[in-house]
Amino acid sequence: MSQPDWGKSAVAAVIDSLKDEPGALLPILHGIQDALGYIPSGSVPVIAEALNLSRAEVHGVITFYHYFRETPPGKHTVHLCRAESCQSMNSEALHAHAKSKLGIDFHQTTQDGDFSLEPVYCLGLCSCSPAIAIDGEVYGRVSSERFDEILNEVRSPA
Amino acid sequence: MSTRIYVPCDSGALSLGAEKVAHAIALEAAKRGIAIDLVRNGSRGLFWLEPMVEVSTANGRIAYGPVSPSEVAGLFNADFLNGGKHALNLGLTEEIPYLKNQERLTNARVGITDPVSLEDYIAHDGYRGLKNALKLAPAEIVKQVTDSGLRGRGGAAFPTGIKWNTVLNTQDEQKYIVCNADEGDSGTFSDRMIMEGDPFVLIEGMTIAGLAVGANRGYIYLRVEYPHAYRNLNAAIAAAKQAGYLGQDICGSGKAFELEVRLGAGAYVCGEETALLESLEGKRGLVRFKPPLPAIKGLFGKPTVINNVISLASVPIILDRGGEYYRDFGMGRSRGTLPIQLAGNIKRPGLIEKAFGVTLREVLYDYGGGSATGRPIRAVQVGGPLGAFMPESQFDTPLDYEAFAALWAVLGHGGIVVFDDSVDMAHMARYAMEFCAEESCGKCTPCRIGSTRGVEVMDKIINNQERAENIKLLRDLSDTLLNASLCALGGMTPYPVLSALNHFPGDFGAEK
Repeated sequence: MSQPDWGKSAVAAVIDSLKDEPGALLPILHGIQDALGYIPSGSVPVIAEALNLSRAEVHGVITFYHYFRETPPGKHTVHLCRAESCQSMNSEALHAHAKSKLGIDFHQTTQDGDFSLEPVYCLGLCSCSPAIAIDGEVYGRVSSERFDEILNEVRSPA
Repeated sequence: MSTRIYVPCDSGALSLGAEKVAHAIALEAAKRGIAIDLVRNGSRGLFWLEPMVEVSTANGRIAYGPVSPSEVAGLFNADFLNGGKHALNLGLTEEIPYLKNQERLTNARVGITDPVSLEDYIAHDGYRGLKNALKLAPAEIVKQVTDSGLRGRGGAAFPTGIKWNTVLNTQDEQKYIVCNADEGDSGTFSDRMIMEGDPFVLIEGMTIAGLAVGANRGYIYLRVEYPHAYRNLNAAIAAAKQAGYLGQDICGSGKAFELEVRLGAGAYVCGEETALLESLEGKRGLVRFKPPLPAIKGLFGKPTVINNVISLASVPIILDRGGEYYRDFGMGRSRGTLPIQLAGNIKRPGLIEKAFGVTLREVLYDYGGGSATGRPIRAVQVGGPLGAFMPESQFDTPLDYEAFAALWAVLGHGGIVVFDDSVDMAHMARYAMEFCAEESCGKCTPCRIGSTRGVEVMDKIINNQERAENIKLLRDLSDTLLNASLCALGGMTPYPVLSALNHFPGDFGAEK
């Protein structure tokens, strides 16, 4: 997509297909994030117009939900579970390792744009703690060594 | 005839490498020219044995686990297709004590069937509840559910039949069934296992709910952290619709029920029912004042049944076997079964569906086998991040809503997170406040401001700044949160905080 296009046509297509659904805003935001990886600021007035909402309302919804992001993610997004079950299996050591390995904190993206790091409050894998997810793939009982292996697999898939 | 092999597609099993194992088995079979029928089932819930591969034999299904891809060739060499001897051979699956000693009603099919095969569902007693419901008047369906004694499995334990009755008796042209599948509590995964492992049972339960109260439209509000459940639910909905179990004319009855899955977006508070309804309407997940109850004025202002996944998934067996059958399990006012989820620092984590009444100690030691690290279990948190921490002295408590309430603890959704003796309970109390601050919807002041002040007070306690005064302040603040918050997020955050303080004062700097 050429600059300075922020995905206007993709956004329009998503809005067009969903705007008549009851409670359409969340499905539209999911659709946009699925297509573009984030919700560009330019899409806010377009969504507001289509749903007869104020821009403030749309902005309020985007920022209320942890999952929606307003900046492009890295090539891969690493979600580390911060919840109690994972804590009981020493997830905090794993998180410290992950942060130092990637050289970033939560909500940041590596300089090379390869990885974004996000916390998540429970992946429902509490019987396999500590758990992480990368691009929707799940990994359980992750040690620091295993984390490094997984990163390598993700970087250069077999 | 080709041998049937089962490799779970449950995300717990996938997180431990089930996909690679399935791939390796298919490859090895092809290499050896052996015809196999590879089925991707849900998980039996024995997670220390996952990936657990099962082989169908004349004597029943035989389990092998935990299997890694490198062991697959060895399994073929050991003739595992005929139940051959191998170090990983666990014998007949159904005879594994962890599984054998359960009472699986709601999870009867999970791990057994192909989750997205309607044929398999029907072959294993699926849609019998709906068939019965179609012959009953709405009030009779509600009566079966009321008679069963089923209480909301999401945590609040409100009698499901009473909720349904309110919706039935509220007149409106449009009513809704909403499934709360925003399973955000740490330590819980039974909703996920049902949705991934037997989505049809939830669909059937919601369809019966629609018939019972006169609702022709349902929504499953699913958390975005569950992509595997999303796929299986949508596949199952499509299959049910194709076969006439959903749509405008259910099984030729002339009654309609349409169902759709909607995704949440990572807000814990949307597990609170009114915040969930706001979110479904496309708004921020702000908690609503009650009344009006959702049963009277719910989704889009219409009468709405909103129930947890397990509540709705327990309805088909109630309509199949009758309310009394279900009610005969359990103790006191806690009737039926609870899918207990054993998690955290535990040797044998998993799903244990039992009649109410089993004690924590039995679950932790007889099933769980003690901590994963081999150190003593110091505390368990039952009922999610808003549940109390319980010390060893309370381990003989039976799993029963009232028995837990009497101890100022919470059975909730039945999740148990185990901690060994390396846990710092002041740290856990601080985390509870931090979590509340992170997830507060911001509508009410005690939760919005109180949680942040709570983190600050906990930091002072941990850093030994005017400790005695700050502990007093923490109790005051907790009192405000408990009594003045709009919903359970602020209103129950004091459970983990104060239970940690009361049972483990030494961790907060008190003289031991």
